[in-house]
Amino acid sequence: MPAVLRAAPETVKIGMIHPVTGPLAFGGGQCRLGGQIAVADLNDVGGIKSLGGAKVEAVLGDAQGKAEIASGLVDQMAEQKVAGITGCYASNLALAVTQTAAKYSIPVSIDSGIADSITSRGLANVFRFFPDNTTMTNQAIACLDALNKGAGSPAKSAVIVHENSEFGTSTAKLLATKLAGIGIAAKETIGHATPTRDFTNIALRIKAQAPDLVLITNYPNEYQLLLRTLYQQKVDLVAAYSVSGGGFNLPFAKDQPAVSANMIDYNHWYNPHDPRAEAFRKRVEAAGHVFGWEVLFGYFAVRVLADAIERAGSADADRVIPAFAASTWHDDWLPYGPTRFVNGQNQGARGLGLQIQDADIKVIWPGDFADAKPVFPRPKAG
Amino acid sequence: MTALLLPAIVGGLLTGGVYALVALGLTLIYGVLHIVNFAHGALLMAAMFGAWLLAAKLGLDPLLALPLLTAAMFAVGWALYRFVIGPVSRGQDRAILLATLGVAVVIDNGALMLFTGDSRTIETPYALAMLQAGPLLLPEAKLIAFVCALLLAALLWAFMALTDTGRAIRAVAREPEGAMLVGIRPQRMFALAYGIGTACLGAAACLLLPSFYVSPQVGESFVLIAFTIVVLGGMGSFPGALVGGLLVGVTENLGGLYLGESLGPICVPLLFIAVLLLRPTGLFGAAR
Repeated sequence: MPAVLRAAPETVKIGMIHPVTGPLAFGGGQCRLGGQIAVADLNDVGGIKSLGGAKVEAVLGDAQGKAEIASGLVDQMAEQKVAGITGCYASNLALAVTQTAAKYSIPVSIDSGIADSITSRGLANVFRFFPDNTTMTNQAIACLDALNKGAGSPAKSAVIVHENSEFGTSTAKLLATKLAGIGIAAKETIGHATPTRDFTNIALRIKAQAPDLVLITNYPNEYQLLLRTLYQQKVDLVAAYSVSGGGFNLPFAKDQPAVSANMIDYNHWYNPHDPRAEAFRKRVEAAGHVFGWEVLFGYFAVRVLADAIERAGSADADRVIPAFAASTWHDDWLPYGPTRFVNGQNQGARGLGLQIQDADIKVIWPGDFADAKPVFPRPKAG
Repeated sequence: MTALLLPAIVGGLLTGGVYALVALGLTLIYGVLHIVNFAHGALLMAAMFGAWLLAAKLGLDPLLALPLLTAAMFAVGWALYRFVIGPVSRGQDRAILLATLGVAVVIDNGALMLFTGDSRTIETPYALAMLQAGPLLLPEAKLIAFVCALLLAALLWAFMALTDTGRAIRAVAREPEGAMLVGIRPQRMFALAYGIGTACLGAAACLLLPSFYVSPQVGESFVLIAFTIVVLGGMGSFPGALVGGLLVGVTENLGGLYLGESLGPICVPLLFIAVLLLRPTGLFGAAR
């Protein structure tokens, strides 16, 4: 008699919705890349073991930066019976995707949408492993306060510059309300559109205000154009400090060393003391890709979702969602501690204070994770 | 605010110079030939990647690369019209529109595949350099672009007004049948004009790159404003494209200064509507 034939385990499909074309293509592409690496890693170690080693298959969707397209992709992925969705790089896309996914009860693992409202609307299918905007902004303020007080409080005033969609506007509002509590007066808040082609006007307005700090929250191209213009207009600052700065990345540090030098960002990053994190970065770079924090986002959004499917022993939403909610997933690559979801938001998630030094990104705060000392205040503008 | 007025106007003029560079090629293609060239932004992006490759991989400064890239883009534009847009469209406006849209999609996605969505910049000795002029700090890269925009507008005007080829292109645009009767071959003129318009993008790319970034989406940042400038300045008018570009640059800056960066952008559409209400053919457009 032949051996008992066993059916090959079915594939577990994970949808990935990101803007990989359009103005947000860089960040969206980075998130997708991280997700694809996670899928490859999962399959390399035997797939979903509780499902008989079922392989994980990525179902890719390009949201093009448009909420209606992102929402339509959820409908398509529901027809393809995905076990869960990760995405969506931008908050407005994540809001649309989570709303539509709720209709089908598809679990959504948010990667880089930071707006609080993504998880605060009470949708049971939505989980964010990464910090929300309020957490990031509160921590960013604590980091700024520590850096300022550590240097004898040279910074007493700030101008806030933000892009004018949900992400930038909500962050700027939070910053404006928190600054007074650490002894820094917000002189002006300036919003701008994406894309903005020229920042001379804004730089001159900042220069006229003569603040000690410029606080920035916007997307990559505008981030770098703004800093470039501030540099050219010789705007003298104690520090330029961004919160979730879209353009704070390694290519910026390497390609524009003069402009990027000593830029501080409060953002997502890996624990530099964990050798696996450094090895992951080298692996991404060796494959010819840019390594940015969005890659980590995409990677871990898939890993925590796959962990929930693994523990659920099923790809059915009815079982994956409770398993996701009960996650205690823990990996020291990220400075998070064990996962604990409250209303879909991981309570241990946090960012780190980062600074570009010697054309590289260094962790400067908090001390437990730091691998460099902060340059604060920065040297006077030439 | 008063202290910022002069810098805002000068800054607007410099930015307007950059807009004019992009609009000059378009006014030839859209304004003279009436081809709604959806590929204009994509071709600008392709030219900027060309300038970036020459700078980043071969160390060729964009200003030195300008003649080379202008010639290369002329060849690209001419070939595109001669072998793709012309044969596909068979002279029908609607088909031309769809053909240029198709070309744009192919170029955009080709760039995304080749270069991914990353933004890239280059460092040149003058990219960050500033010229102190009294109280003003002027970026040298934009000053160079501004002067070149003036030169390019003058050259194009002279070419179209003073040479036989320029006159032939205008003749084809106005009276194609009449032009054929005197021995002008319209499709050759169309291909030539499309090539010249695309060549302008080669020059614009070299002048833009030191002060901007390039990504597969960069064309979208300029193409809508370029169409606005062409109509505002007067279809087919090179002085119109130049003055329109400068006016739009200054309006944008003053709008941002007085209304804020979020509300400020409405000033350009308002200016556009106001000009067309008063002068339906645009600032320098000839009445028909």
